[in-house]
Amino acid sequence: MLAVSQLAAARGDRTLFSGVNFTLAAGELLEVVGANGSGKTTLLRVLCGLMQPVEGEVRWNGENIRALHEDFHSDLAYVGHLNGVKDDLTPLENVAFARALSAEPRTAATAAQALSALGLTKQQQRLPSKVLSQGQKRRVALARALFSRAKLWIFDEPFAALDVAAVGLVAERMSTHARAGGVLVLSSHQEVAFDVVQRRQLRLGGSSAPTFN
Amino acid sequence: MAAGFLEIIKREWLLAVRRKGDVLSLLVFFVIVVSLFPFGVGPELETLREIASGVVWVAALLATMLSLSRLFANDYADGALEQLLLMPQPPALIVLAKITAHWLLTGLPLALVAPLLGLQYGLSGAPLLVMSAAIAIGSPALSAIGAIGAALTLGLRGGGVLLSLLVLPLFVPILIFGAGTVDAAVHGSPYSAHLLLLAACSIAALVLAPLASAAALRIAIE
Repeated sequence: MLAVSQLAAARGDRTLFSGVNFTLAAGELLEVVGANGSGKTTLLRVLCGLMQPVEGEVRWNGENIRALHEDFHSDLAYVGHLNGVKDDLTPLENVAFARALSAEPRTAATAAQALSALGLTKQQQRLPSKVLSQGQKRRVALARALFSRAKLWIFDEPFAALDVAAVGLVAERMSTHARAGGVLVLSSHQEVAFDVVQRRQLRLGGSSAPTFN
Repeated sequence: MAAGFLEIIKREWLLAVRRKGDVLSLLVFFVIVVSLFPFGVGPELETLREIASGVVWVAALLATMLSLSRLFANDYADGALEQLLLMPQPPALIVLAKITAHWLLTGLPLALVAPLLGLQYGLSGAPLLVMSAAIAIGSPALSAIGAIGAALTLGLRGGGVLLSLLVLPLFVPILIFGAGTVDAAVHGSPYSAHLLLLAACSIAALVLAPLASAAALRIAIE
């Protein structure tokens, strides 16, 4: 479903990685690993279309994502390095807004259900997000993506700031998504157990060529 | 698509309600700038009546200017902007919704306050209403043109100053037609032509600016 060929990206004059090739089929989970500054975040942003690659292309269902525009976005859920949670809105409002804009069907889990599933109490869901802890804000950002109907989930360091219980919940949700035929790409420094059929790994290294297993 | 447009306006409204200070400080700035001129120019009603339209319009431009740097900056800083641009909605529509919300929270309040300030300048009756209408009709162009500048200067150091350098010259046509409208009304001559030109500026800006700012935003988030 997601195919990447000869991808190269640069930050300014510095080439971060080049010659990245991989194909992910339905139900596969790709872990992007590498040292700090090896280009994990950049790769994920290129996969989302937020950044343009220097070389190569990203294809979704056989079509270049640059040609797909909004059609690609309706298949995509992305949680970046920044949470994208508005401090002045409540968690409930934050998640409900994202769901309304991505036109989630009404039958799917509602914003409140998504937040409860990630362990935010009814009371916490109605507080301004600025009073929440870093980990709780991360949960709000994840609640937005983890209950979307999008096929392709891209997460940049999803487990940062999360406690052990939350990591378990999130990993379980991700595994369910992969088993249901979704595609997952995530970067992480943590060893997390996933209950998925196909777990792939892409290692980005400063000098050596990227390896895909 | 229309639902997404309304959702964004609803969100901007909610954010403004939670941070009332932003809108209020803008209005206070507008009132203070307009009120300073009579102290400097002197209290002759004849002179004040002559300069009223220009002063109110320039103050409205400056007040709009001040609010523009916030248009995308907060969403950019907390990552909400990249989330918005990844929504299955056309980026230009998202920007148009932001512009509309900006007008509702800046241009419209300025238009409502302006007649009160006109009283200080010895205006009365019809010119006051014309002043209000002219600002209400012309300010969408200010928000729209400003959105291009705000998107282009997003994430730059010293972006605020650069933003004024970029945008203020582009505000000149609106200033000319806007002040012209009120001037005509003060002197009792027909003003509908000015008002129509102002409306034309706003419509053209609302059509073109969302496309330009959406393109600038894409570059800014890279």
